[in-house]
Amino acid sequence: MRLIPIVMLSALAFAAEAAQFQVEVEVPRLRVAEYHAPYVAFWIETPENTVAAPLGLWYDDQEKWLKDLRQWWRRTGRSQSAPYDGLTGATRSPGKHSVDFSELPAMAELPAGDYQLVVEAAREVGGREVVRIPFQWPPASAQQLRAEGTEELHDVTLTLTP
Amino acid sequence: MKPVSLAAAAVSALLLLSPAAQAHKRWLLPTHTVVSEAQWISVDASVSNDIFYPDRAYSLERLQVTGPDGKAAETDHLLEMHRRSVFDVNLAATGSYRIALPGHFFLAFFEQDGERKRLFGEDAEALLKKVPKGADKVRLLESVSRIETFASVGAPDTAALKPTGKGLELVPVTHPNDLYSGETARFRFVVDGKPAAGLEVHLLPAGTRYRDAQQDWTVTSDDNGEVAIEWPHAGRFFLEAEASDQNVSHKQAERRRLEYLGTFEVLPL
Repeated sequence: MRLIPIVMLSALAFAAEAAQFQVEVEVPRLRVAEYHAPYVAFWIETPENTVAAPLGLWYDDQEKWLKDLRQWWRRTGRSQSAPYDGLTGATRSPGKHSVDFSELPAMAELPAGDYQLVVEAAREVGGREVVRIPFQWPPASAQQLRAEGTEELHDVTLTLTP
Repeated sequence: MKPVSLAAAAVSALLLLSPAAQAHKRWLLPTHTVVSEAQWISVDASVSNDIFYPDRAYSLERLQVTGPDGKAAETDHLLEMHRRSVFDVNLAATGSYRIALPGHFFLAFFEQDGERKRLFGEDAEALLKKVPKGADKVRLLESVSRIETFASVGAPDTAALKPTGKGLELVPVTHPNDLYSGETARFRFVVDGKPAAGLEVHLLPAGTRYRDAQQDWTVTSDDNGEVAIEWPHAGRFFLEAEASDQNVSHKQAERRRLEYLGTFEVLPL
């Protein structure tokens, strides 16, 4: 317990330089009869599955399909309306896409603790998949954390920099 | 919102050029397909991604129900609701009924003042007259489709299932009311009555709303237009097949898109 004041001091010392939180997602290329780019939602959840910070949403301005991001919808989406929390943008084509969430006010306000990054993808007339990456905040060291989806998401990489 | 509508127009244009893609699944869903005495059944008709949960109604104007005697069967309560259309069919006699919605229309694509536009209608000449003067890149496409399902009283028969000889049609090898889980059914597909060889037929089990994957699969027809479909389990299945050819009925039409959409009920054995 005696260490705590020291930790707090160092946290204060680094407060001006915010930790970095970057996510890279690979949208898989699929050979299907009818392809629509997936809707993708990003958020941070606590070990109790409550939303600690909504991060972002890729969709094509059609609210009709937002409920198909079922977990995002239940945890946070259904109690919001456009503009949705975090960084929103258009759906992405197959390939790797990076998003830097570091500058979001929600990240600056995120209390220290154990969390999970959640990435959920849902594709019209396609499938749905959720990928989770556990992490500690703020990061003690620079690290790359990965998880792999099997259907609607491939590699998901979370890069943390203190 | 503008980029979205532009993209949608581009996708629709693409749809007519690429036979595989289909924007929305149109279907008929009968309350019963196999019954042991004469009775009325009800049928839902809707367009939806969630098979078979209704999303949008469509017109029943072209509904054709054929009875075991090959004649039009009695229908009742035709109604176009907000999310689905419904109607009743009187399965009055022993044998099989074909419940079908044939579609035949033309699409005109053109550019006016640099903006892409399209019109559709059943009469190609009337449609071309509606294209404004001065429009360029005018293209005419023909579309022939069938949405079908089947129901039988007693032993199934095939009088009602005779192909019309127009468009993409299903000819039973296995009767569509004789489908059981774990068995393999054979259907023959014909275009204007001739075998549709190399046709990709997509199958999708009901209940997509409650699962994460579509669980669809594709079979390809042989030289005789026949596909073998192994039913993985009992339930209702949506079938769709698309093709395109140059066999147009109006000289200005570039291509003809052919579409077959069917609902099949597989029973546990």
